[in-house]
Amino acid sequence: MSSCNNSACLNEARRVAIFGGTHGNEMSGVTLVNLWVKNSAEIQRKGVETKPFITNPKAVEKCTRYVDTDLNRAFTPENLSAPGGDNLPYEVQRAQEINRIFGPKESPDAYDVIFDLHNTTSNMGCTLILESSNDHFNLQMMHYIKKAIAPASCLVLLNEHPLLKYSTSRSVAKHPVGLEVGPQPQGVLRSNIFEAMRVILKHALDFIELFNEGMEFPPCTVEAFRVLERIDYPRDANGNIIAMVHPNLQDCDWEPLNPGDPMFQTFDGKTIHYHGSGTVYPTFINEAAYYEKQQAFVTTRREALVASAIRKV
Amino acid sequence: MIVVCLPRLPRVAVCGGTHGNELSGVYLVRELLKAEKKVMEKEEEEPLSVLMVLSNPRAMQQCRRYVDTDLNRCFTHAKLNGPIPDDAPYEIIRSRELNATLGPKGNPEAVDLVCDLHNTTANMGLCFIAYSDCDWICMHIFRHLQASTNNVPMRYIHFDVSNKESYSLDSVGKHGFAMEIGPQPHGVVRSNIYTAMKVGVQHMLDWVRIFNSGTIFEGGCVDVFTMIKHIDYPRDSETRNITAAIHPQVQDRDFCLLHPEDPLFQTFSGETLRYKGNEPLYPFFINECAYYEKGIALSLARKRRVMIPAIRVQTEQQQQANKQEFASEEEE
Repeated sequence: MSSCNNSACLNEARRVAIFGGTHGNEMSGVTLVNLWVKNSAEIQRKGVETKPFITNPKAVEKCTRYVDTDLNRAFTPENLSAPGGDNLPYEVQRAQEINRIFGPKESPDAYDVIFDLHNTTSNMGCTLILESSNDHFNLQMMHYIKKAIAPASCLVLLNEHPLLKYSTSRSVAKHPVGLEVGPQPQGVLRSNIFEAMRVILKHALDFIELFNEGMEFPPCTVEAFRVLERIDYPRDANGNIIAMVHPNLQDCDWEPLNPGDPMFQTFDGKTIHYHGSGTVYPTFINEAAYYEKQQAFVTTRREALVASAIRKV
Repeated sequence: MIVVCLPRLPRVAVCGGTHGNELSGVYLVRELLKAEKKVMEKEEEEPLSVLMVLSNPRAMQQCRRYVDTDLNRCFTHAKLNGPIPDDAPYEIIRSRELNATLGPKGNPEAVDLVCDLHNTTANMGLCFIAYSDCDWICMHIFRHLQASTNNVPMRYIHFDVSNKESYSLDSVGKHGFAMEIGPQPHGVVRSNIYTAMKVGVQHMLDWVRIFNSGTIFEGGCVDVFTMIKHIDYPRDSETRNITAAIHPQVQDRDFCLLHPEDPLFQTFSGETLRYKGNEPLYPFFINECAYYEKGIALSLARKRRVMIPAIRVQTEQQQQANKQEFASEEEE
């Protein structure tokens, strides 16, 4: 990234991918990508090659999150360079294939932008997931999207946590963007959720087109929620869950959780309270796929991220 | 006043995990099993025998609806009887085990009442699903729950299927119904839904104890929703993929009357497809996840008010007389 006249000068974003079916039972992305593979008119923009792509076709066919292992955790350096071909777990093979087509990850040949479409059972609304607070291109894009859909809301989740961060499918690209829309049960297609995701993508692609045409985006501030920690369900000595997300917390993604507030409810009705040191903003509350990952919700704190002005080189 | 006298209900089964990812029932039965081990039954005049059953342990372990085939379609007389191969689907083998424990279906040894716990992704509140619209036991239990539970909408759904063709676990008992609560995503336990189910099961068991003790339950009426037909999603003729979603005006509106020409689906290109039936019907199981593969976007029912008589438990004398009558009928 070079600096000219106080703007960050970035290369045009020429190659863009839209990933659906990274989790085979998250139906908005599967449906949108299938639609666009058949007819891509809606996602075409001048000067951009936009490729819709189903990342985990076997999982999509079985309408399951994954076949052997979670594809959205599979893009580690070890996996991407692992020998073994057909003997590798299905998703590791897929990760290597995706890295060949859209990467290699961290090389100059990698795709410029990848949008990875997801749904959640949590009441998160429309959420954009950012992997780096230094990605000014993404910050500007997210700022643009938020303005474009106002007064409807679209929040930004920043997962830069060294331990909790994970190797996503989209991380193959220079500018990875996660789109998470909920609440929607796995395996179900809700019309309102589908349309919301579609609208966000439209604005995102508009932004890229404007940027490529030479528009300069002035410095801006983007409100984001930074991931702090993962909170598991209370469990017994055998690892079985012994309490549920408390009714006061259920569906309250992004609302403040204060020390002393109810957090879990045991099966016989007792309340377990949050005893953190300060107010946090929980999200991914009661996501179905996270029971096995030992996560009832994540805590975040609000942060204002500053994006430099950007324009194309 | 006519009071219908019905046999005592000494044995009740509460079943969870018939679908392994419908978690309210899984967790509730697990908790009830734990409580059973710790707490001794109170001294009762006529103790009620309650069997707690986790129906599909392998599916539960994998948090899936089923392993090989839907367990809750395995209980027809045809599927329960006759030879099965060694490599029969897991659920076929399991259904026979359950039939041996809770049945046999159609036999006097069968448990008196089966309550099978389910969740749905549809916005259905609490529903009883039964094969009969004249099983006074089930309908009185329903009225009892309705009177006791204020914050959960409740409906009684009737599938008009003969006993021979009835296919679900609850058909194994002399009386039975599914307790279906939604909306809840599969693989998730929501505290409000869990609590509604826990309270529902408690009220049901209370009713059975009160019934067995001789109380007369007054007659009244129950609104019964009888399933008439299903409607599938519009699909692509080649791939069979769906080409439209439930219309936003129908989504979450279970039991809100659907009239001919009302919007029903919205295609992915934004076109509205309308309901083409010729009578208004009540939709339910709107957008139930597990039904995509069964070709069901929603089900439709007619509603009618059914009068139920006052009932009470038979006396010892009446029960004896009935047994003798039954025995002599069998001889004939």
